[in-house]
Amino acid sequence: MTPAKSRRHRVRRGLWILLLLAPGAAVMTMFVVVPVLGAFADAFRSFQGPRPTGWVGFANLRDVLFVAPYAAATWRALWHNVVVFTSLMVVQNGLAYLIAFALLKALPGHRVHQVIVFLPVVLSAIVVGILWKELLNPIFGAVNELLAMLGVQGPPWLGDAGTALASIIATNAWHWMGFPALIFLAAMQRIPRETLEAARIDGATDRVLMARIIWPLVAPATTIVVILTFIGSFNWFELPYVMTGLDGSPGGATDVLGLLFYRTAFGGVSSGLEDFGHGSALAVLMFIVVAAVSAVALRILRAREIEL
Amino acid sequence: MRKLLAGLAALLAMTGVGAGVARAENITFWTWRQEDKAAYTKLFAEFTKAHPGVHVLFRAFPPADYQTIVSTALAGGKGPDVLHTRAYGGLEQLAKPGYLLELTPQNDPELANLPASAKTALAVRSTGKIYSSAFSTQTLGILVNRKILAEAKVAEPKTWAELLAACKAVKAAGKICIANGTATGWMDEVFAGDLTGPLLGQQFFKDVVAGKTTFKDPKYTAALGKLLELKPYMPPGFTGIDYPTSQQLFLTGRAAMFVGGSWEIANFHKQNPKLAIDFMAPPAPDANSPRLVSKFYDGGYAVVKSSKHQKAALELVRFMGTKHFGDQLGAMLGDISPIEGVKLADPMLARVAAMDKQSVPYIMLVSFRYENPTGSELLQGALQKMFAGSMTPQQVGASVTAGIAKYYKPFQGK
Repeated sequence: MTPAKSRRHRVRRGLWILLLLAPGAAVMTMFVVVPVLGAFADAFRSFQGPRPTGWVGFANLRDVLFVAPYAAATWRALWHNVVVFTSLMVVQNGLAYLIAFALLKALPGHRVHQVIVFLPVVLSAIVVGILWKELLNPIFGAVNELLAMLGVQGPPWLGDAGTALASIIATNAWHWMGFPALIFLAAMQRIPRETLEAARIDGATDRVLMARIIWPLVAPATTIVVILTFIGSFNWFELPYVMTGLDGSPGGATDVLGLLFYRTAFGGVSSGLEDFGHGSALAVLMFIVVAAVSAVALRILRAREIEL
Repeated sequence: MRKLLAGLAALLAMTGVGAGVARAENITFWTWRQEDKAAYTKLFAEFTKAHPGVHVLFRAFPPADYQTIVSTALAGGKGPDVLHTRAYGGLEQLAKPGYLLELTPQNDPELANLPASAKTALAVRSTGKIYSSAFSTQTLGILVNRKILAEAKVAEPKTWAELLAACKAVKAAGKICIANGTATGWMDEVFAGDLTGPLLGQQFFKDVVAGKTTFKDPKYTAALGKLLELKPYMPPGFTGIDYPTSQQLFLTGRAAMFVGGSWEIANFHKQNPKLAIDFMAPPAPDANSPRLVSKFYDGGYAVVKSSKHQKAALELVRFMGTKHFGDQLGAMLGDISPIEGVKLADPMLARVAAMDKQSVPYIMLVSFRYENPTGSELLQGALQKMFAGSMTPQQVGASVTAGIAKYYKPFQGK
């Protein structure tokens, strides 16, 4: 191929790539980039109803972080997001790891169990939220009916500040556990059989195998699970919205940044008014927290990954 | 073909039909009340009959998303022609930035049919300009299951002491006295507004609005404290009982009373026509005090300023401001229109309208839902904590006052 021909080929190839990328890029620009930039701009504006009235600099960000009563709600919601992430890491992903190990052992019926564990993942969060809200209803709910049969009076799970957030976290774990379990299982299945058998011959128990051999070898899967759980926890919205409402009932005990942002920006039903300025400031903060922590976590977690 | 069409047009113009064809236009009406579609469709057909060629397209959105959808649409210049608006702060948010057409006695003579209080609810406070005609008033009271009260051998409680005695008897008869739970924030505000109204009296509301007192007033916190006396008579695990569950407890005959608003009457009748219900005013503090209901305007109908069919839209809003329309709202939907002279055929609705003559404002909506943080959002969360025992009535009063003080000068430093 002559240099001129080769250059023409490269140009044509480049044009083709551009042409194929253009529709996707246009859609992404219109529906992702423009709204994100719009939200950034709105965070620095004041509004009257839906209409921007002027630029206010960092006032909205300052309000939601440091000025009462906005700040108290922001920090409380942020703390709840941290609790959600930590709890899901321990409960949801911890159990998922154990289940994945049990499935790896290919015990009788493991295929059926694999399906059962993954089944709730395919359900919509709205369906799961409504289902568990009904199950946890203090009067009609099956959970308290069961407890009553055992002679225990169950609490109003979603109405008690001490149990409400934990109930939604447990629902999330039930809903999503199958997903990390599947990721862990796939990672475990990639470990060469000889490695596991050698450990067994050396006398490794299940506990030792899980903690010392498998755990370091599934590090790439852990990275994915941690990052996805973090992003999911900080964008948590559907389940608390369906189960305890937009105001993070009772008394803000289940309020998280997603609810607070929506409520602030669009107003609560029969309670608050729209405030796109402060709402956008919260959205920007959420974006910064998720992006920054994800980037740092990714770096740290990638460093501990081992290639076999 | 072209010649044929031209001939047909000329013929229509000569016979006068052409005038109607030229005027043919479709206007859209947006609302959050999907359940009212049949009634509105019927009323809009009447409008079309009186305004040949003008057709109204009814479009409803979920109540929870309505304000968001409307705001987004108006901001993008894609709104409807006529809008079902909220009253008070909800209206002001759309009217102040200039999205709605000002209604005046000149362009909407039907405004004369409204009482002065309705005009205040549908105007921007700073200018007094009106942007919406009235839809209905809502009254807070107590819906009672007559059968359960009769079985418990108690009469309609007229005082607070009688209410507690009635609840004691109902509970002894094995039923829940008060169906309400506290898991739904806005219903907690309704519950508190409803029952504390008569305990506070009209003067308290005048003083709060005038800035002479705050929600830290011992009278207010004492009234909130009285609500806690009802805890033993609410459903088991009431902090986890939400609005739909409370409704079900009442509708299935498991609870004797539902503290709510007049908007429930038609809904409850529809859901369980066999239920023997009544609507009563909340109990007075004693036999010598009036049983004051809390009242508010639930919204109205506004013309979107950017509408391309402004004239027709205005005609529709005028039609919705007539006595005939108000009568039909009562007859078909069980809504109490504030239009002067409206007749309510339903005896229960007529009784509710009579109760309205001795009322107090539903205070947070009427006076403190114009700026953020609204009195409503401050109160709702605090009430949930009060019922759960993690806040005292005094703390509720202090936190609401401090929140409102951010923008309400008379509360500052108090």
